[in-house]
Amino acid sequence: MSDTSFAIELKGISKAFGPVQANKDINIAVPKGTIHGIIGENGAGKSTLMSILYGFYKADSGQIFISGKPTPIPDSQSAIRAGIGMVFQHFKLVQNFTVLENIILGAEEGAMLNTSLARARKTLKQLADDYELDVDPDALIEDLSVGHQQRVEILKALYRQADILILDEPTGVLTPAEADHLFRILKGLKEQGKTIILITHKLREIMESTDNVSVMRRGTMVATVKTAETSPEALAELMVGRKVLLEVEKGPATPGETVLKLEDLRIRDEHGVERLKGISLEIRAGEILGIAGVAGNGQSELLAALGGMMRATGRATLKGAALPLSGAGSDGQSRRRAGIAHVPEDRQHYGLILDFAAWENIAFGYHNDPDYQKNALIMDNAALKADTARKMETYDVRPPIPALAAKNFSGGNQQKIVVAREFEQDPVLLLVGQPTRGVDIGAIEFIHKQIIALRDKGVAVLLVSVELDEIMSLSDRIAVMFDGQIMGYRDPATTNERELGLLMAGITDQKGEAA
Amino acid sequence: MDYATILQLLDTTIRLATPLMFACIAGLYSERSGVFDIGLEGKMLVAAMCSGAVAFYTGSVWAGLGAGILGSMAFALIHGLTSITFRGNQLIAGVALNFLASGLTVLVAQALFRQGGRTPPLTGDARFNPITLPGAEAMKDVPLIGPLYYEVISGHSVLVYAAFGVVALTWWVMYRTRFGLRLRAVGENPAAVDTAGVSVTGLRFSAVMITGILCGLAGAYMATALQAGFGKEMTAGRGYIALAALIFAKWRPVAAMWACLLFGFFQALALRSDVVGSIVPFRIPGSFLEALPYVLTVFVLAGFVGKAIPPRAGGEPYVKER
Repeated sequence: MSDTSFAIELKGISKAFGPVQANKDINIAVPKGTIHGIIGENGAGKSTLMSILYGFYKADSGQIFISGKPTPIPDSQSAIRAGIGMVFQHFKLVQNFTVLENIILGAEEGAMLNTSLARARKTLKQLADDYELDVDPDALIEDLSVGHQQRVEILKALYRQADILILDEPTGVLTPAEADHLFRILKGLKEQGKTIILITHKLREIMESTDNVSVMRRGTMVATVKTAETSPEALAELMVGRKVLLEVEKGPATPGETVLKLEDLRIRDEHGVERLKGISLEIRAGEILGIAGVAGNGQSELLAALGGMMRATGRATLKGAALPLSGAGSDGQSRRRAGIAHVPEDRQHYGLILDFAAWENIAFGYHNDPDYQKNALIMDNAALKADTARKMETYDVRPPIPALAAKNFSGGNQQKIVVAREFEQDPVLLLVGQPTRGVDIGAIEFIHKQIIALRDKGVAVLLVSVELDEIMSLSDRIAVMFDGQIMGYRDPATTNERELGLLMAGITDQKGEAA
Repeated sequence: MDYATILQLLDTTIRLATPLMFACIAGLYSERSGVFDIGLEGKMLVAAMCSGAVAFYTGSVWAGLGAGILGSMAFALIHGLTSITFRGNQLIAGVALNFLASGLTVLVAQALFRQGGRTPPLTGDARFNPITLPGAEAMKDVPLIGPLYYEVISGHSVLVYAAFGVVALTWWVMYRTRFGLRLRAVGENPAAVDTAGVSVTGLRFSAVMITGILCGLAGAYMATALQAGFGKEMTAGRGYIALAALIFAKWRPVAAMWACLLFGFFQALALRSDVVGSIVPFRIPGSFLEALPYVLTVFVLAGFVGKAIPPRAGGEPYVKER
């Protein structure tokens, strides 16, 4: 017999995918009315465990208890009936449906829509009043901000009378203000007696909002502790299995001559919307300029224009020489020849060809390099493979097999392949977008060290990241972008998240007036 | 061009638009659920052959209709298995089924009847005969409205009226019922449906089978109402025209009806080169007029009629992911 004071109890859950043991004998007990954090690196088995709990996968062995009752969960329908609601990292919403239609989907009453919609409208108003979950019921999902879409997901779960809410990496796409709002909502839900499971890799969120925290590593549950009795350092060590430096160690920058100068850079997209509205900036040798901002405010276009992936207007100079923004010399190849290395934001689309081997991926963009040619026609694959093996060792890519296809590496190791390729070309300017998105904590530390090492060698670095922590710890100067413009510059030593958060939302003075 | 000619044209338009409407609405169910179906043509052909053959043997058009629907549903089932259960490529599955239908229908008809791949001509109760709507005779002589009612609206086979009924029913199902909401959702984002605890496979199969039924009606109409018996390749690309109409209508039922009527009108014009000749001052070759519906199809498919956004998950087999 199990204890009914636990909302969820998992006993001896195991799940294997072929030879890979994703979950090994997992035991966890989540007390009712608490916020329970689950942390672990990518591939630690968090998602698999939650998928088992939501009926996506069936465990090979083990038992699930809901409120003390053994409850098999063979499919999502059973999970919903057991009172479990899930907010996925990638929202499961129908973009061209209204909020109301999304909420009733799968939970309609009767075969006719009108009655369901009317009832949902009433329930929704009640929920909005109870939990600060305001959202226009008739708005189309595609017109809503990401933060509002997430609220719809939470409303969906509450509408199905979920008592247990699982959130998978909920703050990845939110502004700091939206994230604060989310945690206020979660606290409110907790006060109403709901149980919340929060899956995240952000130690700060765990420390701030959870009551208990469980740590997973390589498919096993290594510890469950009270949040009040632990520290970020201790959790990080549990996650990785060794001591991890959370703070980036870096000396003061010694900026030299101006490397990149941009004046009035503008980009229009195919719909005629101006995505960059006159960007002017300078980056000097040996400094890191961090661009903070909510995704979609022009950072991607800025990187794309400089990396030769998009045409722009305006003036740009690299070490005093004109850098063409359109026409001849504005392509990626010319950019690389000019000494601009680019770690693109979306490594799986623009950084790698996933079906190609690591050694082929290492060549991309530099495939015309004389070192890789046997003669005018034939590439020197042996030299390329040897070079790849050397780079894989230097950058600690695991497993160090040049012939392995890129898709078979973990996210962190894929990123190391891209980083190894770009960093080893002695660039004068390094463009790096979301360097640690989806990358394990151990690899994050390594990539951060490499970026700083490049800066100390005198490379000018333009860093774009949606992770404010990363921007604040790596940058020597921070520029905040909003709506295709630079809202202002801040010194990382004197600014704080609140101030940056306001700028990221387009608010330029402390009185909260929009610019 | 006098009033009588216009009425004749409209009358032909409705008769020719009927198989297009059935096929177009058939495609609408499948495609709205996220399964592209280029095999409307093949299913129509199979239905035409089955209904022609069975109607001939039994002498009952209703038995023929049932056989046509079953034949078409068998093909729909294969399409469902390939593209939903086994996650094959939907376009290739559809093309393969079209080829299969094209050869199989002639082969079977030849084996059964030895008339060069045709079924014998149908007569009497083996065909759908025109029904005269109540009051048509009486209203016949009322100016303007009378002939319109008598010539254009009355005097079609029951399937013609059924086609318009199917359009209305489909609109209601799509926008007013739970099934419709789920069907539209599964074509846009199957993951949303799956996580809501509703079976993606179940929904898509129901949609594909409805497509089978409606294609069956389209094919049976061809063989037992529009014409009297099955003939080799008798659908003559109507499955593709219906597909073009579906895109033209941006996957909406009522718009689909108008699109089919437009295509039907062009087909009717092609039959009446004398009418066209009397309007335009220069001579238009008859073969050009016959090509017109197909030219329009190419025009629509090439995207000249504004951007048509297909259901977002269309063409993609659903694979559950974490």
